Amino acid sequence: MSGRIPIQVTVNGRARAFEVAAHHTLLEVLRDDLQLTGTKECCLVGECGACTVRLDGRIVDSCLVLAVEADGGEVTTVEGLASDGRLSRLQGAFLDEGAVQCGFCIPGQIVAADDLLRRVARPTVGEIQEGLAGNLCRCACYGQITAAVAAAAAAEAGAR
Amino acid sequence: MSAGMSAAAGAAPGAAPGTATGTATGSGRVGDSPRRVGGHDRVTGLQRYVADLHLPDELHARLVTVPVARARIVTIDASAAERVPGFRFVMTAADLPQPMPRFGPQFRDRPVIAVGETKYHGDPVAAVAADTRDAAEEAAGLVRVDYEELPAAFTVAAALDPAAPLVQDPSLRPNDPLVGTNVLREHRVGWGDVEAAVADLVVEQRYTFPMVTHFAIEPHAYIVAPDGDGIAVWSSIQHPNWLQKVLAELLRLPLSKVRVHSPDPGGGFGGKQHTKYEPLVAFMALRAGRPVRLVLTLEETFQAVRRAAAEVRVRTGFQSDGTLAFQDIEANYLIGAYADIADRVVGKGSYPGCGPYRVPAARILARSVLSHTVPSTAFRGFGNPQVNWAVESNLDEGARALGIDRLELRLRNLARPGEAFIPFDTPCDGQWEQSVRRAAELIGWGRPLPAGHGLGIAVGIKSGPTTGLSYATVRLLVDGSVIVFAGTSDMGQGARTVFAQIAADELGAPLDAVTVVMGDTAIVPYDQQTSASRSTVLMGNAVLAACREIQGKLRAMAARLHGLDEATVMVDRGVVRLPERELTILEVLVPGLGRLGGELIGNGEMRKDAEPDHPLGGSAAFFEFNCTAVEAAVDEETGDVTLVHYATVSDVGKAINPLQVRMQDEGAAIQGLGHTLMEHYIFDESGRIRNLGAIDYRIPTSLDLPLEIVSEHVENEDGPGPYGSKGMSEGALLCVASAVGAAVRDATGVAIRDLPLTPERVWRALQERP
Repeated sequence: MSGRIPIQVTVNGRARAFEVAAHHTLLEVLRDDLQLTGTKECCLVGECGACTVRLDGRIVDSCLVLAVEADGGEVTTVEGLASDGRLSRLQGAFLDEGAVQCGFCIPGQIVAADDLLRRVARPTVGEIQEGLAGNLCRCACYGQITAAVAAAAAAEAGAR
Repeated sequence: MSAGMSAAAGAAPGAAPGTATGTATGSGRVGDSPRRVGGHDRVTGLQRYVADLHLPDELHARLVTVPVARARIVTIDASAAERVPGFRFVMTAADLPQPMPRFGPQFRDRPVIAVGETKYHGDPVAAVAADTRDAAEEAAGLVRVDYEELPAAFTVAAALDPAAPLVQDPSLRPNDPLVGTNVLREHRVGWGDVEAAVADLVVEQRYTFPMVTHFAIEPHAYIVAPDGDGIAVWSSIQHPNWLQKVLAELLRLPLSKVRVHSPDPGGGFGGKQHTKYEPLVAFMALRAGRPVRLVLTLEETFQAVRRAAAEVRVRTGFQSDGTLAFQDIEANYLIGAYADIADRVVGKGSYPGCGPYRVPAARILARSVLSHTVPSTAFRGFGNPQVNWAVESNLDEGARALGIDRLELRLRNLARPGEAFIPFDTPCDGQWEQSVRRAAELIGWGRPLPAGHGLGIAVGIKSGPTTGLSYATVRLLVDGSVIVFAGTSDMGQGARTVFAQIAADELGAPLDAVTVVMGDTAIVPYDQQTSASRSTVLMGNAVLAACREIQGKLRAMAARLHGLDEATVMVDRGVVRLPERELTILEVLVPGLGRLGGELIGNGEMRKDAEPDHPLGGSAAFFEFNCTAVEAAVDEETGDVTLVHYATVSDVGKAINPLQVRMQDEGAAIQGLGHTLMEHYIFDESGRIRNLGAIDYRIPTSLDLPLEIVSEHVENEDGPGPYGSKGMSEGALLCVASAVGAAVRDATGVAIRDLPLTPERVWRALQERP
């Protein structure tokens, strides 16, 4: 338990250097050390998706990644998606489509959807459902979440 | 829009006239669907749930349990735990006041921590406090509990066996005739003479409903801090005022010295209504003289809250034309080791068990059966889905036996507006036939289907709140902006948005100039509870009344400013009407308040008093009514059920926010697909939950949805809430299983009477098909 390991991680564009316990996960470090509490903790076994973040260009369940594994890496959390106080297209679409109820799963949903849209510009409904299948929503806004991702993709295409 | 139907779904086949919107629109007046108030912080990660909050110098708590359901606690040895750096103390029953303080919303049967014996898998025997979460976890794992496993009862049959071990200490209800059994209470309701009723056909079957858990994505979290000569509490709770009362009693503090902060829960669904571990954490915080936090794991939430399982026997009498002759229902609900609110769930959930039908004779007997399992509590639908599954399925059996169309049979018996279908209760308060006909139309009832496909239709009804008390305060500030104080918990249902829309509309403020303050008992006036789909009606009316009080003050102000008789001035939905002209609210407010500025304050109260002679203690404020119709396709090779089309139609009186209504209805439908198709606790012989956690207990994901969902609602402005609204949020869950089960029966010819309809269960049933 003792002995802390120095790591450097770029989180939402900001370089951070700190010491972590060897057994601490990226989720714990984000929430407890960096106070970035937008990333949520639920199942801790990589099944619910509430802790989804982007690490070095791919999404991960941050509860399953040791903080030391992220050393030298680049992390984007939900707090890093809005820029200059303006919501991203996806964030706005989640509100417009009514994809947000209690909101607890939403940071993970949005980070996962953001990743999907980086890989697939105009995903089909099936691709969205498949892409977000690892993100549970007990309020069950799935239809609205799918609509929001599709709307954001369409708006992005229209803007190009 | 004409009274009747309005479509809330987008490209529904044959969508009814009306605004077909799937997106947030409008300025935020009543009937618009603006973006959710509070939505911004939910999409940016800034929303603070309890576990996101930290207090300086806080300790971390962790529970200690034993790996069986019922055990005698022999010794608890914390010597190894004490050696963990950062360990502070361990709390056991011996460290608490004697006799052990107990609490519970119905019976004071639940100890702060297990005393003498554990009663279910997960019943904590000790709790450790440490400086860090790591230390608490390590130390909790090192607390050695010697225990002796004791005989226990995990099923209705085992619990009702005369030789069964008693779950509850008989001294907790000494004068109760049922003491000495595991039946906590029996609820009997009925009318007419079932024994004398004559029927052409009698169908009797037995149905079972599984034990499922809420699985809110936010695990329950609690922080308690000593606060001057009282305490401050943070809890993700639906009923902050009820928690305040429980803690004040347990700690012998005035209510004013227990300050409950209740940040918006990350999903509640009933599981966060009542006090759970707050008393334990409070005693720990007072012992430590420091804040103590306890954040449950998801596994621990499975061991904290669940829905009651049920075994229901239904005997239905039919006349040959399909008219109902009688209903005879016996429902055994398997509640847990402590009552929580479960017995109320049983009584209130079984009470409208005959459904929204004209039934000349009815007999309903429901038992709350204690067992050595996780305490069951409120869960969306509140005991109704269990009986609905049995009764609606039995109606289908009767219709088939009589050769009558299942839709036609329902329409033939459906209560008409004003009809006292439950003789001593609120009469039918909606044009329910509209919902049924619309759902049938949406699903294409009666059309030819491909092989392996089937249709099902079912209706659900739930008695709304029987009592209520909500206070609201509204402040109209000098710039025309508004602050609403309402003690409702917004756990996702959208109460904050609805109250903001009401205030914006009544006081002529833009929606983004309205702030709704909730979740702090030291600031916000009393609200009885957030449950039973009550808040739009009860708190909504209180907010409306507070706005009307302000409107009264504006009227007096306008009369004074313009030298008019007050009776000639009207204030209506944000406009001040003088005999000759109209003014905005600001045009009256600013000169009316004068040089010092200030504000206008309005208070509103909405009370629904108890009726002591009523079987439920009060008649229904309204009924939630829903009709669900589905087309299912069953894969004969695998038993897999695919829902090809799904239609849900709810009677909501008036949709103050149509998009939120749709979100609630679709969410309820999908949540209901959990207990219908996949969810159930699995126990081993020691009463351990074997599928504890997200890997082995599956809830619907984006890949488990119907291929198409259409949700609509009926609006006739015939409810008791603001603008004719009724409560909604649970209705669309009530008959999910019944409709899906009926479609599976229609597709396969096999009636399955046990839930969930897992592929394995369906496949096995198909193998046994003659």
